[in-house]
Amino acid sequence: MTEQADQIFVLAKKALLNFLSPFLPDWAAVFASILVSIGAIAVFGPVTMMYLTLLERKLVGRIQNRYGPNRVGFWGLLQPIADGIKMLTKEDIVPAKADKFAHFLAPIAIVVPALLIFSVIPFGRGMIAVDLSIGILFFLALSSTTTIWIFVASWASRNKFSLLGGMRSVAQMISYEIPMVLSIVPVLLVVGSFSTVAIVEAQSGWHWFVFTPWGIAGFLIFFLTGVAEVNRTPFDLPEGESEIVAGFHTEYSGMKFALFYMAEFMNTFSISAIVATAYLGGWQGPWLPSWVWFFIKTYALIFVMMWFRGTLPRLRVDQLMGFAWKFLLPLALINLLIAGIWLKLESPKNYLVALVMVIGSLMLLYWANGPEIPKKRTYRYAYENE
Amino acid sequence: MIFGGGVIKGMLVTFKNFVLSYFSKEHLTTVQYPEERLPAKERYRNFPFLIFDNKPEDLRCVSCDICAKECPPKCITIVRDSDASGKPLKRPKVFDIDFSICMNCGICEEVCPFDAIFMDHEFELAEYGRFEDLNYHKEDLLKSAEHFAKIRPQDAARIDAKRAEKAQKVEPAKPQSQT
Amino acid sequence: MGLLRFPPPVTADPPFCLADARNDRQVAMEYELKESQTLETQTLEVSLGPQHPSTHGVFRMDVVLDGETIMKLKPVMGYLHRNHEKLAENMSWLGSMPFTDRLDYICSMTNNFAYALAVEKLANLEVPERAQYIRVIMAELTRLVNHTLLIGFLLNDLGAFFTPVLYAFREREKILDLFEAIAGSRMMCNYFRFGGVKLDVTSDFIPRVRQIINNYPKFLDEFEKLLSENEILMARCQNVGILPKELAVSAGVTGPMLRASGVPYDIRKIDGYSIYNRFKFRVPIGEKGDVYDRYYMRVLEMRESIKILDQAIKEIPDGEFISKVGAQGARTPRGFKAPKGDAYGRIEAPKGELGFYLVSDGTPKPYRYHVRSPSFINLTILEDMCLGQKVADAIVILGSIDIVLGEVDR
Repeated sequence: MTEQADQIFVLAKKALLNFLSPFLPDWAAVFASILVSIGAIAVFGPVTMMYLTLLERKLVGRIQNRYGPNRVGFWGLLQPIADGIKMLTKEDIVPAKADKFAHFLAPIAIVVPALLIFSVIPFGRGMIAVDLSIGILFFLALSSTTTIWIFVASWASRNKFSLLGGMRSVAQMISYEIPMVLSIVPVLLVVGSFSTVAIVEAQSGWHWFVFTPWGIAGFLIFFLTGVAEVNRTPFDLPEGESEIVAGFHTEYSGMKFALFYMAEFMNTFSISAIVATAYLGGWQGPWLPSWVWFFIKTYALIFVMMWFRGTLPRLRVDQLMGFAWKFLLPLALINLLIAGIWLKLESPKNYLVALVMVIGSLMLLYWANGPEIPKKRTYRYAYENE
Repeated sequence: MIFGGGVIKGMLVTFKNFVLSYFSKEHLTTVQYPEERLPAKERYRNFPFLIFDNKPEDLRCVSCDICAKECPPKCITIVRDSDASGKPLKRPKVFDIDFSICMNCGICEEVCPFDAIFMDHEFELAEYGRFEDLNYHKEDLLKSAEHFAKIRPQDAARIDAKRAEKAQKVEPAKPQSQT
Repeated sequence: MGLLRFPPPVTADPPFCLADARNDRQVAMEYELKESQTLETQTLEVSLGPQHPSTHGVFRMDVVLDGETIMKLKPVMGYLHRNHEKLAENMSWLGSMPFTDRLDYICSMTNNFAYALAVEKLANLEVPERAQYIRVIMAELTRLVNHTLLIGFLLNDLGAFFTPVLYAFREREKILDLFEAIAGSRMMCNYFRFGGVKLDVTSDFIPRVRQIINNYPKFLDEFEKLLSENEILMARCQNVGILPKELAVSAGVTGPMLRASGVPYDIRKIDGYSIYNRFKFRVPIGEKGDVYDRYYMRVLEMRESIKILDQAIKEIPDGEFISKVGAQGARTPRGFKAPKGDAYGRIEAPKGELGFYLVSDGTPKPYRYHVRSPSFINLTILEDMCLGQKVADAIVILGSIDIVLGEVDR
């Protein structure tokens, strides 16, 4: 029974293919298998995006002591559909001096990598579209291409705010790409494979990487850089609303704007999914079906991202760079060393050594960045004794 | 280290608010407007209305034009009525208030020596037209003294007492003025 | 007169001049630019506003950017000019009272206060004791409203997604409800009259104010916990938009901004207008004059305001709420004529010194009516604070000045 609940989607796909196979020639059966997976992702991606918008509005609403959308449908469940209809019927405005082709291409092209990333996410035991042997590399490569389309969009809009946003985006993405890649290397080092499935399987039986000293440091770096990669608060400079209006999508309206939004939310989901896969044991977990565990972990991370959004102000561009280059990058490099040492030493000793090294490196970096860490102030009063 | 205790402290504050919003009304302050409404406050003022005592012909306004002159944005238009012979009467023929101009300051109510114009509590007044639809005429502005007593009981009691006192003072003088 | 009893800064250097400071900085910046210029780069001219999410209304900043650094900034105002002063000259004295609400629409009570004070000075009207207390309570409640809201909006400028604003609104709502119950309107109160206030406070007024006094410090603690020690906020605000003491005094900056620069100048203390000299309260002073100091001044001032409210609630006497002597003027405004002469009434509004200069020729209308609005005068220093900072900082600096465009453009 539990086995069936665990494999429900895999079995459903098999049943569907078995049902179709008598009607199809052999080569088409293979295509049908691929098409079912693609279809599932193509439906899942946009639906996730739609309901993530609702979830975000609900969560941030509650954080801000209000209800959030609750008028369209029960609990506001039809709100994303109403939003979709609104987006579709809106006028599509293209600036007169814009580069029309690039302006049109950017929002479409930006969705493609966001959707492709879904193909290497292990949603549950056996629930992966393609078990690529270079899964993580594939993910890293695709997620960094988003920058190009953001910059194309900003350049094509011929708007100064867009341009500023695009420039910020490029600088930010390049800076955060490096600690991101370096922070996941320890995982690859320990597992010995790029495959996402292999990474999850290496963490079976509560051996989640987040419970190791290098794992917690790597998890924090990877998660924070992930937040920066998808341009979310406090790293949402490319679209920094209060400064540069809407950043790179200032000149987009209607469905094109919705596509940018879709890419952002799908990236949010996939980053959370990859973080969960790499450090939180993916679909590993007791009692519940594997895919339930996967979604619990992913949505917990998404909740944290939304919680960030509800709490934190934005960093300034130089502080953003400083954080990446002066703190995250050295920490990621040291973490790599720590993971190597952890592998070489015996079991109880390695834990202690790694823990000491992580704490030591944090303190070292804290000390090295000392002058830039802001301090609280105290104030004096006039007319004190009156 | 940029991320430190302060950020975590702040995040705990928002998390506390998030959780409490499910349990305490204090932390979920939204009023679901069309279904839920805040209690009306007696002194709340919106647009003015003209008061009449028993039937709509008996309006207290004598078209003295003071409110129109004192109105800061000048949104009141008054034309005095006259009888067949052209003798001016103590009642308005036209009394228009342009609600698109009125700024709800309540000065008309304050300056009126005849207690004829008061501020209403009605606020759901949206119209489709910007000009004529918002220009309220005498008939639209008329409301009974009972309505006034209902929305502002304390003010109504005070003003009724004042008027009764005034009426008593005027009464003995009446026979003299007739002669 | 004692209009400016504040001693001028004593320095051995030649007298400080605003123009000099500006030139010095400009020259220094241009020099720096030349030194660092190895690539051929272009500056970018961006018009921030009038339609911009963070200019607090229809205000425009023409900025010249080198990368993200501001090289030049020109504030452009006047998009919300509503002819307030000229309108008032064609209206009865009372007639412009509701218009003063619309100057700084966040704190209408203090605007009323300043105007009433100026007219009372002109017409030599006495204000009864109870009315004085009501006025002070209202003014301090307004200060709470304004400062809370300002901090919320400042955080919005910093990029927080509305959470501080909505917490601020949650608390402000309680005060606005009180205003509605007393004055009839939440924001456009129109409550003060020459020689007193429009209506007496209701019987539940004191308990409600007491409730606000009791709950507000808790809210401020929560707010501070959320914001004051947040490393991102500190990093964004500290050493940004520094306004030196001398520059602040020379530019005529007043209010929390001036105090953040380290000048202990509070008109409540210096003039002691109304009955402020009866209350015990302290005036917080900043050190550096940066955005963080300005933020913190507001928090500390709110705590002092609560002290004033506490004392006022305890001492408020019974009696008239409007002067019987000035009654013919105050109650039936069509008869009110101020005697010939001029007067300048000023108060410590939440944003700074709000003054009304009135000239009367004995007719029912003011002959000349001028508003010295703190937002406008504080805004003049914007460029000096922004040069050399990043675009994101300019927005924050503008937010920390605390402007309301209704008052800037009048």
